[in-house]
Amino acid sequence: MGNIIRIGMADLKASHHPAILTTLGLGSCVGIALYDRTTKIVGLAHAMLPDSSQVKNKTNAAKFVDTAIELLVKEMLSLGASKKRIVAKLAGGAQMFTFTQGAELMRIGQRNVAAAKSKLESLDIPVVSEDTGGNYGRTVELDSESGMLLIRTIGYGTKQI
Amino acid sequence: MKKTNKGIRKMSVNFDNLDNIQIDVLREIGNIGSGNAATALAKMLNKRVNMDVPQVKVLQFQEVSDILGGAEIPVVGLLLRVTGDISGSIMFILEKKAAGVLVNILMGKPLDEIVVFDEIAISALKEVGNILAGSYLSALSTLTNLNILPSVPELAIDMAGAIISVPAIEFGKLGDSVLFIETEFSEGSTKVVGNFFLVPDIDSYEVLLKALGVAN
Repeated sequence: MGNIIRIGMADLKASHHPAILTTLGLGSCVGIALYDRTTKIVGLAHAMLPDSSQVKNKTNAAKFVDTAIELLVKEMLSLGASKKRIVAKLAGGAQMFTFTQGAELMRIGQRNVAAAKSKLESLDIPVVSEDTGGNYGRTVELDSESGMLLIRTIGYGTKQI
Repeated sequence: MKKTNKGIRKMSVNFDNLDNIQIDVLREIGNIGSGNAATALAKMLNKRVNMDVPQVKVLQFQEVSDILGGAEIPVVGLLLRVTGDISGSIMFILEKKAAGVLVNILMGKPLDEIVVFDEIAISALKEVGNILAGSYLSALSTLTNLNILPSVPELAIDMAGAIISVPAIEFGKLGDSVLFIETEFSEGSTKVVGNFFLVPDIDSYEVLLKALGVAN
């Protein structure tokens, strides 16, 4: 067991092995877990909004899915990871409330997940597994030893992906 | 700074540099709104309900999910859409334990009885949401002379972080912090802490601040 490193909302961190990266209570935000199997370098981002180009204030790169992924990959590479080996796992992107009228804010979870997939695809990073959507929150833990992503919920069980 | 054609206009409001006057105004709205809400709640419960001076808080995203004691604490969130002269959403969040106490008060049961969040309990809590949000918004409406209407509430029970992500994401479009109003209601020796998030849609900030007489 390595250090437990906590990542807040609109936050990201990368680490050498050994480490456990965790972020608590992902709702409509998306958790992007990246892993290099050989060096065991890990990275985790907790991003809130799909697209930095639609918002004026973008001082915090970790807030947006697209810029968060770019920055996280960059930090992992600077720790010695190889871009060819990085794989991704996704969690979160839930719709916490259901309104009959399809207000824009209700679909944000879905849009966050879609944005993460398209950004990762553009960087040739494969998404190897995901636990996204639904209407419940998730806490995730990324273990640098195995690259396993542990997902805990309230009332929807625990799983590893 | 680029203008887009998607309706995101140049804004003069940003929570990260809200000046003191604006925070005072929002605090005042919080005061009046919550005072009304406490009175409405007292009527509903048929009991005297006291309310502490509400605190307007501005927190960074990293800290915000800890407001109710941790991102994984189970909470009840009530969300209403707001329409009329301004649009946006209003959210009331309270700890699941506190929500249970509230349900017991409403049902006339012993306060420490374990609550099953069944349909009856959920509809009782939605009614509390209706009353709190309705009285809160009517105070705001009177103060600003704006027509503001709430929708019926939606309820979710889940981790604090996940519930708070909903208003936090809306604030995220504007800045890097979240503004909310913490209110403590007490009935006898029982205290219920609740947090209000009033989240105007981006275009409504100017309308709101202009109506309050503080637009720059």
